[in-house]
Amino acid sequence: MSTTAARELAIDVHGLNKHFGDKHVVADLSMQVRRGEIFGFLGPNGSGKTTSIRLMCGLLTPDAGSGSCLGYDIRRESEQIKRRVGYMTQKFSYWDDLTIRENLDFVARLYEMPERRRVVDGALERLGLAARAHQLTGALSGGWKQRLALAACMLHKPELLLLDEPTAGVDPTARRDFWEELHRLAAEGISVLVSTHYMDEAERCHKLAYIAYGKLLAQGTAEDVVRAQQLTTFAVRGEGLAELTTALRGQPGVEQTVAFGAVLHVTGRDAPLLEATLKRFATGDGLRIERVDTSLEDVFIHLMNRATDNYAAGA
Amino acid sequence: MSAFSLLRWWAIVRKEFLQLRRDRVTFAMIVGIPIVQLTLFGFAINSDPRHLPTAVIGAGHSEFTRSLVAAMRNSSYFDIVAELPDEQAGRDALARGRVQFVLDVPADFTQKLVRGEKPAMLLEADATDPMATGMALGAVNPLVAAVAQKDLRGPLAALAAGAAPFEIRVHRLYNPEGITQYNIVPGLMGVILTMTLVMMTGLAMTRERERGTMENLLATPVRPIEVMSGKIVPYIAIGLIQATIILAAARWVFGVPFVGSAVALYLSALLFIAANLTVGITLSSLAANQLQAMQMTMFYFLPNILLSGFMFPFAGMPQWAQWLASVLPLTHFNRLIRGIVLKGNGWAELWPSIWPMALFTLIVMAIAMRFYRRTLD
Repeated sequence: MSTTAARELAIDVHGLNKHFGDKHVVADLSMQVRRGEIFGFLGPNGSGKTTSIRLMCGLLTPDAGSGSCLGYDIRRESEQIKRRVGYMTQKFSYWDDLTIRENLDFVARLYEMPERRRVVDGALERLGLAARAHQLTGALSGGWKQRLALAACMLHKPELLLLDEPTAGVDPTARRDFWEELHRLAAEGISVLVSTHYMDEAERCHKLAYIAYGKLLAQGTAEDVVRAQQLTTFAVRGEGLAELTTALRGQPGVEQTVAFGAVLHVTGRDAPLLEATLKRFATGDGLRIERVDTSLEDVFIHLMNRATDNYAAGA
Repeated sequence: MSAFSLLRWWAIVRKEFLQLRRDRVTFAMIVGIPIVQLTLFGFAINSDPRHLPTAVIGAGHSEFTRSLVAAMRNSSYFDIVAELPDEQAGRDALARGRVQFVLDVPADFTQKLVRGEKPAMLLEADATDPMATGMALGAVNPLVAAVAQKDLRGPLAALAAGAAPFEIRVHRLYNPEGITQYNIVPGLMGVILTMTLVMMTGLAMTRERERGTMENLLATPVRPIEVMSGKIVPYIAIGLIQATIILAAARWVFGVPFVGSAVALYLSALLFIAANLTVGITLSSLAANQLQAMQMTMFYFLPNILLSGFMFPFAGMPQWAQWLASVLPLTHFNRLIRGIVLKGNGWAELWPSIWPMALFTLIVMAIAMRFYRRTLD
């Protein structure tokens, strides 16, 4: 690959494929993550996000396809990649029967870091765990474990962070703090690839990719992704939304209905047809129909439904 | 980039020791397994059982037969528990398992003896368990001969001189009294080392995989050889501790004589420990989870304990079983340790058992390296 691309792109992969048995887990994945960018990786459970991340950092070998990570070939130079990438696994994967300090110290030793004591002390200080350094890691709460994991995979000052659902099961305050930290790191020039299920987190990413059933369905900024689907959404407010939802199912132009509390989002690609159908059905008193911007969540639900359809049609 | 980093390797070694220190159950097993097994095998299992219940028919007729019964009792093989009236009662007692032996002395035994007619007396044994009676039966003839030598004096001395039927000599080398512990206790060292070391190392790697920490290790620059050898080191120490516990028990609890060289013993033990650890690490790489690792350990452990000559005599097995057993390190280690402890063998005698173990270790280590997964594929 060219040196300019290597300088600008943290991840640059083309046509990655991975099978587990007869399951096609990742199909023709091509993706580019620029340096200093927070790249959100979205998709339903079992869509191949974790496998894709493992392919990119050399933990798995692709069946087909090629690419580079930080300018190093993902097939041949995984040793180089490992030294420069911080990988945070989906499941907490530090040693429960080691203390917090011992875990950090162990990681520092594995990366052969000079001035280990100072580095570990610094990480403990930043974490705010200096006083609890001698507690067993297994005794930490979910939020603290997640912070420890981030600190541990940041210890060797990686240029790229691969975070696999880092905020799953973490309370909102801790999630907010975590994202502030990510933005601080990105500002320092560190690239971040983060998978998530949370829409608010997706909106905080510079770029997004949506993957379902191993296929990349959309890529770009949040606006790009929304615009590319060319969807029209109407918000319906009022009484009897549940009945309306049932009535609208399968009607011309209606591709999906999503309830957000007291508001029903009705989405479709053909705007005039959708509007006509809505006018026909939503006749009850007190029902207000209003055209709104299609949200990222509407788009993702749409993408997921369509992906299922494709999968069924292909089978 | 260095192929083998001492710093990273030492990181693994340190981590294993730290985790081991916190794992109370494993720690208890290190000390507990040798003690429990020594108690079970050392005290409970006895292939030379004594104090076997014995009944006597018609022994009260002469001083000679009374003297013979007393000698049998003194041999400690036989406990005379009953005097029975006739042959039928004797058979009955045997059938019901009340006694293991019945000694039937004919009424005219002493008269015939005095007349020089070489009379016979009958010792009936319950031989359902040959192991249980074999040793005792073997002890009878020398016993009778000794009694004859001692009691047939004066006018009867001529009879003693020509005592041809008693001409059976048992001469056992190394363990003249046939004390089972001399054989079992050193043999136990190999069994205990095999069981604990294969199992613990078998679990070591699968535990990392099951807890998800393997993914973390694989994501760091640490190399397979560093992880494997680093994980092995603490278990070498454990193996040596266990060997020392067993040796101390053999010497001071079971009174097994130690005639050989301690250096030779520890070097053999070290090689044997290495052989077992490579097996454990290989199983660890093959097994998908800790349960599978346990099952594989048992699969490896059973032929070892059954074929290695620990439980049954090696020479008694068919040819194919002997070949199979010759592959197993425990077979060779049993020969080594019995050779060193009981016979005081030197290097020349030990070498035929050393090289197969070393070869085994090298081959299995190659297999282990082949199967260690560098990636998560």
